[in-house]
Amino acid sequence: MVKSNSGLSRKRLGEMYRTMLRIRRFEETADDLYMAGKVVGGVHVSIGQEACSAGVCAALREDDAVLTTHRGHGHSIAKGTRLPEMLAELMGKVTGLCRSKGGSMHIADVSKGHYGAHSIVGANMPMAAGIGLAYQLEGKDRVAVVFFGDGASNNGAFHEAMNLCAIWKLPVVFFCENNQYAVSVPAEYSTSVDDISVRSKGYDAPGLTVDGMDVAAVYEASREAVSHARRGLGPSLVEAKTYRFFGHSRGDPHYGMYRTKEEWEGWKERDPLIVCEKMLKMTAKQKKAHADAVEAEIREAIEFAENSPEPEESVALEDIFA
Amino acid sequence: MPELTYVEALNEALHEEMARDEKVFLMGEDVAFDYFGVCSGLADRFGRDRVRDTPICELGFTGAGVGAAMAGFRPIVDLRFMDFTTYALDPIVNQAAKLRYMLGGQLSVPMVARIPSGAGLQYGATHGQSLEAWFMQVPGLKVLYPSCAPDAKGLLKAAVRDDNPVMFIEHRLLYAQKTKQSVPEGDHTTPIGVADVKRVGVDATIVGIGYQMGHCLEAAEALAVEGIECEVIDPLSLSPLDVETITASVRKTSRCVIVEEGHLRSGVGAEISAAIQEAVFEYLDAPIGRVAALMAPIPVQTKLEKFVLPSTEKVIAAVRKTLGVAA
Repeated sequence: MVKSNSGLSRKRLGEMYRTMLRIRRFEETADDLYMAGKVVGGVHVSIGQEACSAGVCAALREDDAVLTTHRGHGHSIAKGTRLPEMLAELMGKVTGLCRSKGGSMHIADVSKGHYGAHSIVGANMPMAAGIGLAYQLEGKDRVAVVFFGDGASNNGAFHEAMNLCAIWKLPVVFFCENNQYAVSVPAEYSTSVDDISVRSKGYDAPGLTVDGMDVAAVYEASREAVSHARRGLGPSLVEAKTYRFFGHSRGDPHYGMYRTKEEWEGWKERDPLIVCEKMLKMTAKQKKAHADAVEAEIREAIEFAENSPEPEESVALEDIFA
Repeated sequence: MPELTYVEALNEALHEEMARDEKVFLMGEDVAFDYFGVCSGLADRFGRDRVRDTPICELGFTGAGVGAAMAGFRPIVDLRFMDFTTYALDPIVNQAAKLRYMLGGQLSVPMVARIPSGAGLQYGATHGQSLEAWFMQVPGLKVLYPSCAPDAKGLLKAAVRDDNPVMFIEHRLLYAQKTKQSVPEGDHTTPIGVADVKRVGVDATIVGIGYQMGHCLEAAEALAVEGIECEVIDPLSLSPLDVETITASVRKTSRCVIVEEGHLRSGVGAEISAAIQEAVFEYLDAPIGRVAALMAPIPVQTKLEKFVLPSTEKVIAAVRKTLGVAA
C-alpha cells in the first residue's frame, strides 16, 4: 500500500485539509438535520472517507468530470459543488441543485463538472466511460473520474466499463473507495481479491492501492492516474483503503452489528483529519481558523436552505423531457 | 421520389444524420460490418471512431451512450435484438429516462437506442420478443416504431435530432422485405407523436403497431372485397401516443381492433384500448378487440410460432367479431 512521500507544499495540503473539514462539517450537519426530521429521503454520510474526495479532486481541473455514488456528498463538495444549493436539495427545497427531485443520492452540479451522484451501484461506471469517450472524440485532454465502492467492484458494470475504457484508451480514472463493507457484507467475504486494485490487471491497466486515510497519498496516486489518462494512455484503477465512521445509513449503528467496536476504534485512530493535522503540525490557532471559516460556510448554507421554499406541485411534472 | 426498401431508408437516414451533425455517432455489436444492412457503408464513410464496434456488453455500451449524451454527443446505440435490452435496462430505464428529471433539468440525454425486434424467423423465445410495451411504461422515454420505408427514414432522422432518449424499434421481417416504397427526398423528418392514417374507412378502425401494419392492411384489403371498409391507423409513436387521431377515427367507425406483436397482457393494445374508452366510450358499439401474441414464449417451431403470433387471418376474425359478422 502506497503511503505519501509528503512532497506536497504546506499550502496545497492546507487546502485539502480545508476541503476535508468542509465535508466533515457538512456531513455532520446533514446527519443532525436528518435526525431533526428536516431531510427528505435517505442520507449516506461519508464521514471517515474525506481524504478520498479531497485527494482525488485536488488532482483534477475544473473542466474534468466526476461521477459519484449514493455516498457522494464529499466528492460533490471537493469538486466545488455549492453548499447552500446542495443542502437545500437534501431538505426538499425548490432552490436545490436538482430542484428537490434528486435528493441526497442524485446531487449534481454539471456547471462544476459534477455529472451526478448515481444511486444504482455500478451504473456510473459505463456512464463515465461514455463521458471519457466524448472527451476523446472531441480531442480534448479532459478526464473523467468515477467513484465507487468495494461492493460495486463485484458488479458487471465495473468490468464492462473497465474493458471498454481499456480497449479504447479512454481518459477515465476508476477510483474505488474500499470502505470494507457493502452495507453489511464484508469485502473480504464478497470479493475474490484482497486488493481490488489488482483487478486492473485483467484489463491491462495500471492499478494502485493507497492509504485512503492519508489525503496526500490519495492525491499523489490520483495525480498519477489522472496524468496517465490525460496523456491518452487509458484508464487506471486506484483503490483507497478507507472506512466509514457512521453506519451505511441512519438505520445502522456505528458498530455492534457487523463491525466490532475494536475495529471501529482502530480506524478512528487514523481519522483523515487527524492524520493531516499531524502532517501539517497544525497549531490550535490554525485549527481554529479553519474551523471558523468552515463554520461560516455551513451557517450560510443552513440559512439558505431553511429559508428556501418547497416546490409547487407542478414541479413534479417538469424536467421530464427537454 | 426515390424508391427504397425499409433497410435502405434506415441506412439513408443514418448517412444523412451523421453527415449533418458530427456529434452523431453509432456504436454496438457488429455495426461496422452489419449483416442486417442498416449500417452499410457507414464505417467506410465516417470511420471507425464514429461507427464503433463494441464488445458484447449491452450494459456497458448503452451506459456509455448515456454518458456520451450527457457530455453533449448524440449517440445511436444499436441493441441488435430487442431481447438484449434486458441487459441494458439500467442505463435505459434508470438512467437515460430519469437523469434529466433527477438532476432538475441540468442536462438532457439525446440518445437513440435502435432496437431490432420481433419474431417470424424461428429464432425463438430469446431472439424474437416485442417488448415495446415495457418502454411505454417509463416516463422520460420516447418510443417509436415505424412500419414502412418512408416513416422509417423520417422518424429515425427525427429521433436523432430529438433532445431526449428515444427507443427506436425496427423489425427483422421488415429488413427482409425487398419491396420498395417512395421516400421523400432531402431533409424530410416525420413528426414524433403524430399518427398516420394508412387507409380510410368507415366500418371499423384497426390500429396496427409496427410490423403488424402489414397484416392490418392485408386484412382491410380482404374485408373491402366483402364491402367492409376499415380505417387503418399507424401510431408510429407509441410514446407519446397520438390518442386524438385514433379517437377521431373511432368516433366515425364506433368499432376498433388493435393489433400488436407483443404479448396481450398489459400490452400496447391494453393502453390504447383504455385511452379510447376514456375518451369516446359513448361512441363504441362493441368491445374493443385486441390481437396480440398469445401468452406463451415465442416458440422456435414454425407451426407453433405461427400459432402464437398475430396474422392477417386473426385480424380479419377480430374485425368480424367486433362487427358481429360471421365469416
